[in-house]
Amino acid sequence: MPQRSCAIGEGLAILQAGLRTVAPAEISTAARDVINVKRLSKQYGGGAEPILALKDIDFAIPEGEFLSIVGPSGCGKSTLLKILAGLMPASGGEALLNGTPIGGPRRDIGVVFQSPVLFPWRSVLNNVLLPADVQRLGRTVMEKRAYDLLRLVHLNGFERRYPWELSGGMQQRVALVRALIHDPALLLMDEPFGALDAMTREQMNVELQRLWMERKKTVVFITHSTAEAVFLGDRVMVMTPRPGQVGDIFRVDLPRPRGLEVMNTEKFGGYVRRIREVLNAGGGLE
Amino acid sequence: MRFGVTGMVLRVILIFVFLLFWEAVVRLFGIPAFILPPPSNVLLALYRGFASALYVGHIGVTLAETFMGFALGSVLAFSLGVAVALSRRVEYYLYPFIVMFQAMPKVALAPLVIIWFGLGITSKVVAAALVAFFPLMVNTIAGLRSADEDRVNLMRSLAASRWQIFWMLQLPNAMPYIFAGLEIAMIFALIGAIVGEFVGATSGLGMLIQSMNFTMDVAGQFSILLILSALGLLLNGLVVTLRRRVLFWDQSEKADAAEQAVAEKGGVS
Ligand SMILES: Nc1ncnc2c1ncn2[C@@H]1O[C@H](COP(=O)(O)OP(=O)(O)OP(=O)(O)O)[C@@H](O)[C@H]1O
Ligand SMILES: [Mg+2]
Repeated sequence: MPQRSCAIGEGLAILQAGLRTVAPAEISTAARDVINVKRLSKQYGGGAEPILALKDIDFAIPEGEFLSIVGPSGCGKSTLLKILAGLMPASGGEALLNGTPIGGPRRDIGVVFQSPVLFPWRSVLNNVLLPADVQRLGRTVMEKRAYDLLRLVHLNGFERRYPWELSGGMQQRVALVRALIHDPALLLMDEPFGALDAMTREQMNVELQRLWMERKKTVVFITHSTAEAVFLGDRVMVMTPRPGQVGDIFRVDLPRPRGLEVMNTEKFGGYVRRIREVLNAGGGLE
Repeated sequence: MRFGVTGMVLRVILIFVFLLFWEAVVRLFGIPAFILPPPSNVLLALYRGFASALYVGHIGVTLAETFMGFALGSVLAFSLGVAVALSRRVEYYLYPFIVMFQAMPKVALAPLVIIWFGLGITSKVVAAALVAFFPLMVNTIAGLRSADEDRVNLMRSLAASRWQIFWMLQLPNAMPYIFAGLEIAMIFALIGAIVGEFVGATSGLGMLIQSMNFTMDVAGQFSILLILSALGLLLNGLVVTLRRRVLFWDQSEKADAAEQAVAEKGGVS
């Protein structure tokens, strides 16, 4: 896959590598949406008592946007993410990626799960290089990239270590770097920092924002925390309890880069309050 | 380890006390040597056996049978385990055979094996392979199936092929189980070889025990038992050493879990 090799350079050059053109032929606004979800529904189990996890979900994500999704436990957030990742089919409606229906896993998507999901038999470096190995990208070029990305999340010096030698937060950063290594246009994250303590979590939020601003990916970020959703998101989508539906979508007009102190501002508090109201109206618990 | 140096010394003392007690009882009560020989006689038999080079040849034969049987059984068990774990269809059609074969004490096949493969080394290799086969196959299947769903999803999300999922995830993930299976297979192969020699052979430690039994050389039999347990320790040590090298990343709980799986599923040999 030599076309990826051009993206690698010194310092900032790797950060610009994230820019990528999407659906060049069409010019209409719809075509610029990386993700377009229309009346999407998902039902589990066809037997006597099928579970309707998602019902008539509608939303679109323009290129380069950071979309946060919050919702009560069990409302179908992970289900939605798995459908977007091509890991399971929808039961109704459609989900489009760059204008084409998602038919299965795609090479240009990076996924970060709730747990780091590292392979203990691979070193940190080799864990990061897993997507490169699977997709047979040039090892030497990718290795250089891995070193650069690991430095970006302050993990330089840990390349030869093994997962069990790292703390939970460090492991999650490795998982983040792994999701970025093959330079995917779309990043799907399912409560990636849910297992971390509050302080590490805030730190990770700042780092994620920095990475995203430098690399300009389209991001879907699922979380339980309204504060995290507002802090990171360009928009926040609130889902209702099962069957999961779109409760409301808020646009967050806070200048970037956002520092942690933005969480103490009146405006930030206002967003959090309004999102909580929608969540509570749906009977969800935060 | 927990009991320190004094513990170690006490252990050795205990062994000596046991041997002295044994020796004393045999001498005091005048127990005939063809029923229970004193340990001194056993050591003497051991010494004579090695001095006359009688034992060395037989040890070589039994070891060769064990290794070849282990290798043959392991290759077959691993291949079949992979096929069953990866294909529901293969599993479906082979299931009746597996269940029947699993329930059968494999050593009971030894007389048939001797009839089919003769008194030479081949029949013992086959017997060893038969006995070694099951624990490894069961563990290979369990190991390959144990891949965590999140990890499988991660591989799938990268658009990995089924083959890549096997090589990069399932196989390394199964290694602790496979090694636990190999450990048992190695010891079982030795059992298979010995039982095969009991039933019919021209050389080997099992055959030696049989012939000593006919001449009522009980001290000799004890000396061979000592050799066999030393061989067992050695063979087990080989696999454990290899496992420690390959599974440096394993936090040992996995291997223990796998050993339990064997105890539950592959017990009958
Ligand atoms: N494999 C499955 N089979 C059957 N039902 C399932 C399955 N996976 C999820 N569900 C059901 O679908 C609903 C949505 O599950 P999902 O995991 O998407 O929720 P979630 O919003 O991610 O919850 P959480 O915030 O707790 O992670 C749940 O009610 C669950 O019972
Ligand atoms: Mg979830």
